[in-house]
Amino acid sequence: MIFGRLTWDAFPWHEPVVVATFIGVVIGGVALVAALTYFGLWGYLWKEWFTSVDHKKIGIMYMVLGLVMFLRGFSDAIMMRIQQAWAFNGSEGYLNAHHYDQVFTAHGVIMIFFVAMPFITGLMNYIVPLQIGARDVSFPFLNNFSFWMTTGGAVLVMISLFVGEFAQTGWLAYPPLSGIAYSPATGVDYYIWALQVAGVGTTLSGINLIATIVKMRAPGMSLMKMPVFTWTSLCANVLIVASFPILTATLVLLSLDRYAGTAFFTNDFGGNPMMYVNLIWIWGHPEVYILILPLFGVFSEVTSTFSGKRLFGYTSMVYATCTIMVLSYLVWLHHFFTMGSGASVNSFFGITTMIISIPTGAKLFNWLFTMYRGRIRFELPMMWTVAFMLTFTIGGMTGVLLAVPPADFVLHNSLFLIAHFHNVIIGGVLFGLFAAINYWWPKAFGFRLNQFWGHVSFWCWNIGFWLAFGPLYVLGLMGVTRRMRVFDDPSLQIWFVIAGIGAAIIAVGIGAMLVQFAVSIWKRDELKVEGDPWDGRTLEWATSSPPPEYNFAFTPVVYDTDTWADMKKNNYQRPLTGYQAIHMPSSTGAGVILAALATLCGFALIWYIWWLAGLSFIGLVAVAIGHSFNYKRDFYIPADVVTRTEEERTRILAAGV
Amino acid sequence: MSSATATMEPRAYHLPEEPHLHEGHSTNLGFWMYLMSDCLIFAILFATYAVLGGSYAGGPGPKDLFDLPLIALNTAMLLFSSITYGFAMLAMEKNRVSATQGWLFVTLLFGGAFLCIELYEFSHLIHEGAGPQRSAFLSSFFTLVGTHGLHVTFGSIWLVTLMVQVAKKGLIPANKRRLMCLSMFWHFLDVIWIGVFTFVYLMGVLR
Amino acid sequence: MALPLTACDWVVMNPSGDIAVQQRDLILISTALMLLIVVPVMALVVFFAWRYRSANKAAEKDYDPDWDHSTKLELLIWSAPLLIIICLGALTWVSTHKLDPYRPLDRIDAKTAIDPKVKPLTVEVVALDWKWLFIYPELGIATVNELAIPTNVPVRFDLTASTVMNSFYVPELAGQIYAMPGMKTQLHAVANKAVGGTGFSANYSGAGFSHMRFAYKALERGDFDAWVAKVKASGANLDRTVYLGLAKPSEKAPVAYFSAVDPKLFDAVVNLCPKPGQRCMGELMHINMMGGAGKESAHDTKGLRYDFPNSHVIEQSDENKGQETAPDAPVAPSSHSGADAHAQHR
Repeated sequence: MIFGRLTWDAFPWHEPVVVATFIGVVIGGVALVAALTYFGLWGYLWKEWFTSVDHKKIGIMYMVLGLVMFLRGFSDAIMMRIQQAWAFNGSEGYLNAHHYDQVFTAHGVIMIFFVAMPFITGLMNYIVPLQIGARDVSFPFLNNFSFWMTTGGAVLVMISLFVGEFAQTGWLAYPPLSGIAYSPATGVDYYIWALQVAGVGTTLSGINLIATIVKMRAPGMSLMKMPVFTWTSLCANVLIVASFPILTATLVLLSLDRYAGTAFFTNDFGGNPMMYVNLIWIWGHPEVYILILPLFGVFSEVTSTFSGKRLFGYTSMVYATCTIMVLSYLVWLHHFFTMGSGASVNSFFGITTMIISIPTGAKLFNWLFTMYRGRIRFELPMMWTVAFMLTFTIGGMTGVLLAVPPADFVLHNSLFLIAHFHNVIIGGVLFGLFAAINYWWPKAFGFRLNQFWGHVSFWCWNIGFWLAFGPLYVLGLMGVTRRMRVFDDPSLQIWFVIAGIGAAIIAVGIGAMLVQFAVSIWKRDELKVEGDPWDGRTLEWATSSPPPEYNFAFTPVVYDTDTWADMKKNNYQRPLTGYQAIHMPSSTGAGVILAALATLCGFALIWYIWWLAGLSFIGLVAVAIGHSFNYKRDFYIPADVVTRTEEERTRILAAGV
Repeated sequence: MSSATATMEPRAYHLPEEPHLHEGHSTNLGFWMYLMSDCLIFAILFATYAVLGGSYAGGPGPKDLFDLPLIALNTAMLLFSSITYGFAMLAMEKNRVSATQGWLFVTLLFGGAFLCIELYEFSHLIHEGAGPQRSAFLSSFFTLVGTHGLHVTFGSIWLVTLMVQVAKKGLIPANKRRLMCLSMFWHFLDVIWIGVFTFVYLMGVLR
Repeated sequence: MALPLTACDWVVMNPSGDIAVQQRDLILISTALMLLIVVPVMALVVFFAWRYRSANKAAEKDYDPDWDHSTKLELLIWSAPLLIIICLGALTWVSTHKLDPYRPLDRIDAKTAIDPKVKPLTVEVVALDWKWLFIYPELGIATVNELAIPTNVPVRFDLTASTVMNSFYVPELAGQIYAMPGMKTQLHAVANKAVGGTGFSANYSGAGFSHMRFAYKALERGDFDAWVAKVKASGANLDRTVYLGLAKPSEKAPVAYFSAVDPKLFDAVVNLCPKPGQRCMGELMHINMMGGAGKESAHDTKGLRYDFPNSHVIEQSDENKGQETAPDAPVAPSSHSGADAHAQHR
């Protein structure tokens, strides 16, 4: 078979919903391609964006990827809410098991791997080099490659919507259910290869950012003078490098079981499925801290900036972050207390879990005392931060509750658990991202975001969140468990209806956010800002907004954690002469090509198209070797170009915006 | 902390001269971190072997299968390759291109011999019915040893690539840096192999 | 707030089994402990946010942009959570050991102690695709999708699964525990009130998962005996052949009763060898202890396969449907004749 197991039947012709979606996507895609072609933007996109190694552009591309996938992941959420509000009194709802089980699996996988991860990676990519006064990251080409690998993984997940099917296993694909005997179709293979391709990108970007932070800080910026966001990014990236290889290895073993007939996680031939559960959570728990730590940094920056104060307890903040980083490796078993480990093992992991709440609590107090005796300006980033403090505290409390093993026995796998982790992920990660987007948008684009639509989005999200997840806490206490498609007990329905309404309000919140972006871009001239719209404190605000390609005309020297506040206090004068040529990395298309080949290879493996898999893999190695023969990877921005750019800024500053 | 500074002489908040960050300033650190992440993959494979290494599924165990003298020979090949790579690096330090290339070639031969012996061992096992599908023990054995073997294979491809690059460009700083990275990689594989040899083969047969 | 807590559909908050009651109490105590710190923190967030808003001229004199450290406060913010966690940790250690599902019960309820050496009623539970099999070894009966236990009698559940991981959960009775293929987990519990309820799998196990529910009945002694008599009157026999038919994937399986059970069935299921000719895990583990079965055994893979291709596909044949309603109808397992299997295990 030239196309492996990819046959005509693999396309979901008989599923009207999917076909309609597919037609929509095709029309939208064709329109987009046509528009890009008509306006002649392909060359621009390819030269200025796709092949760019500029950390700022890569950061923005990550954010765009996260946003697009967020819309996909959220439509999955809406589908689940509708199904669960509908399927009562003998009704099967509108989704059969085959569909529904894909939807909840895809929702989890997409939201973690292709929404949260691109968002935080994008954020770190954009901000960290600016905060440490660097011109780019340590390995700019690798950065571009990492982005395209992440995108490749996302592409594979999206393809599974229209070609074949996605996994019906839950987002962590526990065997034996995810083994070939119980899931013979392409679903789990899509899962494996999407995560493997994206995982390579994530690991490399983690290595890249650690090297950047360790090696490329501006002179004077000792470790204890780094901005807190950079600190939390450093810890998050250490976690990435020390945990994603575990995921990679675990998925390799699972794929060997599926492809080569080995017996790692099978019931027979001596396999041990419990080992998979352990391994995947040894990655999985640090993963949640990878997501939240950078946002803790964001909240620190925002609280300090908008309270107009130095951050309270910088040192204890740093130690708290490092403590969380280490402890996150000692708690994985709390995800399966119910597997029947002994009481001593369970209590050990329960107590280590609770211990994490101590540094987390300390952080919360630090933000609290940063607000104390401040002059708090309630701009959107600060509003999101206060909302986070209130929401996350509840989520943290229910989390500690779940860490008590006997309590977990009645709450595990229940909707209480679902409510808990959405409470911390939405209340922590998403609210943090919204704070960050509102905070740094002017930095990236040179204009603020519209306030009105920001407020609409803020209130819709906050009200919608509690309406959507409050009922889930209740349902959990009524003994309702997760991943259910239909229900017997009619008294539960009202709660699911309320949750559905909450999700609809969140949808309005998301819509308002998109409108906010659109309106702000439309009225960007009115919202225009110069370098420092918020009276910022850290180094990224010392340069123009948006920053020039080279970030800083002169390498900054650092004396204090709040470098920019320190510079302002000491009446720092921006130098107007003496510009020099700046050494920068060159763009390259190698990253795009390599990632495309890796994605193709993944697709071929999913469909057992062995010749194509072999060919694309050989191509991958060949292009990688070929790229290593390119020794000319940098160029100089001539001094007169720097001078022109900086003089333009001088003019704008003099005009007094 | 910061309040006492206002009275001091004005601080210089930027460097007047562009500091010269030498090319590849982060490469060693970055590559070292990559190695550590790779090490973690091996750690998982070792752990898997520790858990599953005793599950024979009614089939043969290590004592029935492992041929220690052959493995000892194999180990010798890899250890020699590490030594010769060391000689290549010494020659590189002295900027002696042909000596470097020569030692790299010898390293490649030893690496190739290692791979041939490993392939022979694998094919022999599979021929006897003790392939990776036979039991969880053999699955984890083949995966651990095979992953190491794959690393050596890619190391060898990289070695050839570098030899071509040294031939084309000479021992320029970029190539020296690359040889240094491969050196770390090659010795790292050696260390992993010591673990495999002790933990899998020796303890498997002697236990 | 107190009113809905007492409403009866909040089953986790208002269960009828002593273990679940203690787990409920633990939830309440831990929550109260944490509220000790959570409420003040949240109140302070709101208060500070309001008090120090930039529009508040009254707070302007308090503004102190460089205030960023206070050793006393730092001590407080680390030690306050620490204290709570020490209390909670102690509570966790004690309660986790006390409510360990493997631990035989030492009380029927808060007032009635019993000797943990008293032999409990044993129920062997097998999570099948996608229904539940309950075997009462002492009574020699079995049921599908209906679990009845007498009130105020300690019960020990031995749990396993046929193919994939499930979780056995009866919210009325006690917290859940995983049921996993090739393994046996345990749960000790007791029902204190005669109630009807639902039990289910709490861990996703494939297409039929949503309907994988069973009726839970806690019955007074006399009612339980009557129930046992009813099951015994069914006349159906759960032997290996019937089990293998039953184990095939099916959804919404109706309740079924068996008046007789192969006494070694559960053990065979745990050992992954219910099918004639399958080699049991116990035997294979013995070989593991011996360090392997020799070179020649490499080719001997007969009876080792347990995960067969397409194990989760529901057969649509009439035979399969009929077999669900009449559990003792003869079904031929794939490679061995049913009659042989029957004879071998009698």
